[in-house]
Amino acid sequence: MTVLLDPALRADFPILARTVRGGRPLVYLDTAATSQKPRAVLDAEREFYTQHNAAVHRGAHFLAEQATDAFEAARAVVAGFVGGRAQELVFTRNATESLNLISHAFSSATAKKAHGAPLPDGAEQFVLVPGDEIVVTEMEHHANLVPWQELCDKTGAILRWIGLTDEGRLDLDGLDEVITQRTRVVSFTHQSNLLGTINTVAAIVARARAVGALVVLNACQSVPHMPVDVRELDVDLMAFSGHKMLGPTGVGCLWGRAEVLAAMPPFNSGGSMIATVTMERSTFADPPQRFEAGSPNVAQAVGLAAAVQYLDRVGMPAVAAHEHVLTDYALAALADIPGVRIIGPTSLVDRGGAVSFTVEGLHPHDVGQVLDDEGVAVRVGHHCAWPTCRRYSVPATTRASFGLYNQPFEIDALVVGIRRAQQFFGVA
Amino acid sequence: MDSLYQEIILDHYRNPVGRGLREPFEAEVHHVNPTCGDEITLRVHLDGTGESAVVADVSYDNQGCSISQASASVMYELLLGRTITQGMATHEAFLALMQSATDESGAEPDEDVLEDAIAFSGVAKYPARVKCALLSWMAWKDAVSQAQTHGGNT
Repeated sequence: MTVLLDPALRADFPILARTVRGGRPLVYLDTAATSQKPRAVLDAEREFYTQHNAAVHRGAHFLAEQATDAFEAARAVVAGFVGGRAQELVFTRNATESLNLISHAFSSATAKKAHGAPLPDGAEQFVLVPGDEIVVTEMEHHANLVPWQELCDKTGAILRWIGLTDEGRLDLDGLDEVITQRTRVVSFTHQSNLLGTINTVAAIVARARAVGALVVLNACQSVPHMPVDVRELDVDLMAFSGHKMLGPTGVGCLWGRAEVLAAMPPFNSGGSMIATVTMERSTFADPPQRFEAGSPNVAQAVGLAAAVQYLDRVGMPAVAAHEHVLTDYALAALADIPGVRIIGPTSLVDRGGAVSFTVEGLHPHDVGQVLDDEGVAVRVGHHCAWPTCRRYSVPATTRASFGLYNQPFEIDALVVGIRRAQQFFGVA
Repeated sequence: MDSLYQEIILDHYRNPVGRGLREPFEAEVHHVNPTCGDEITLRVHLDGTGESAVVADVSYDNQGCSISQASASVMYELLLGRTITQGMATHEAFLALMQSATDESGAEPDEDVLEDAIAFSGVAKYPARVKCALLSWMAWKDAVSQAQTHGGNT
């Protein structure tokens, strides 16, 4: 237990001190859905609005300079956190938008090519023809599945996917049959939000490289919980979310290799993303501005940078070690409850702190309701990964997920709540 | 929590009434709660036409939480043998009951119309569960509409 973080850091998160449902202490086990925010993040947003607020990238007055500096400094901090450079980091509204930005680059390039419209140098890699293939996995969040289905409908490309083993891991045995010379993009999750599985990126990247496919990583569930370095992972594009990593809502990120971003046509268009505009035609700014049309989410980016600095102070290896201990503790505690079945890996190897389970004879809604009555906040449902639920023949699961502020006593509360639900519904 | 899970609800959940898909039927619908994945397949069999048609059967197969399962079972009891006019009035009363937590008119739920369904009054206090309780009722309304559009006579 020595690698657990000091419980004193809970005091940095004001919401953890509140009570819910008639005075019960809050036990927050829903960090995979959204994380709670430390005071440093709240202070950073407040300070931006009280001291530096102005429109960025325009105007020459003092505050405009300060606001622009704060926004661009935030970009550098967040990019650096994942091993990237500032000009490779696009601020979006959320990770879903980051992924849509990528799929849109393909449909846009394909449509523009068909009409002979100008494209950025290198954009040919985003032009699809019917029969091209897009590969995802069966453990994707809807955010990394539905945009690709949409892209296939628009272009005639074909969606394929890597299946799952009964243990909750990617079935890589048939990888060479799924990723082929026809594959143009492989987009997959670094860590499953439902199963908790941490995927081996290297094997998929190696196969994708061998066939010349673009590699997209959904890192929403990994960046907040472990050290992540885009150079080490060797992916082309990576989406992650601000609100899941102690940052504010309304800000997500897209990191992309400079030459890949440079080859991508814009997503939203309008102000701030142009180079020149005439009545007939416009040309576009270089990345990242090309992908940031309109007024950006400046205060949220500043808040996210404060979140990153908080995580850096704690240290991502320490965060990962802490959550590893919690996951170990939770898997063992759940295994001791008759009728509880873990949906996802039961070993700690390549496994993160999102623990989904079912309770025999009980629907997850009813489990969640009893837990809620005890002050324990978990997620119930299909977790925006409906096909993954189908794969394991469950309509839904209950999911407990951990963050750096959780402690073992909260898992004890989870166990007490599950047992109470079993007693209440008479299935124990 | 006891206000949510009243004994009547737990009884219907453990021993649902009218469950299973049966023939004959004039319309079959499949409704899903996209936030949680709960599902119901529901058939209606009407005797007669128009608003005076009588509900001869409501058969269903469902998968979901205690609230959604109990709601379908209670609904079956309330609708069987009633006219469409009566059934729709009950539907309206149940909808109003579910919205009562946000209803500022102070109107009391109609116990005469709702009968056992009054047990769902606690659900209104948990907005996330309202859709569970409404799933079967929405499916029924849809099925009746389809049956009547496509000629609901036997």
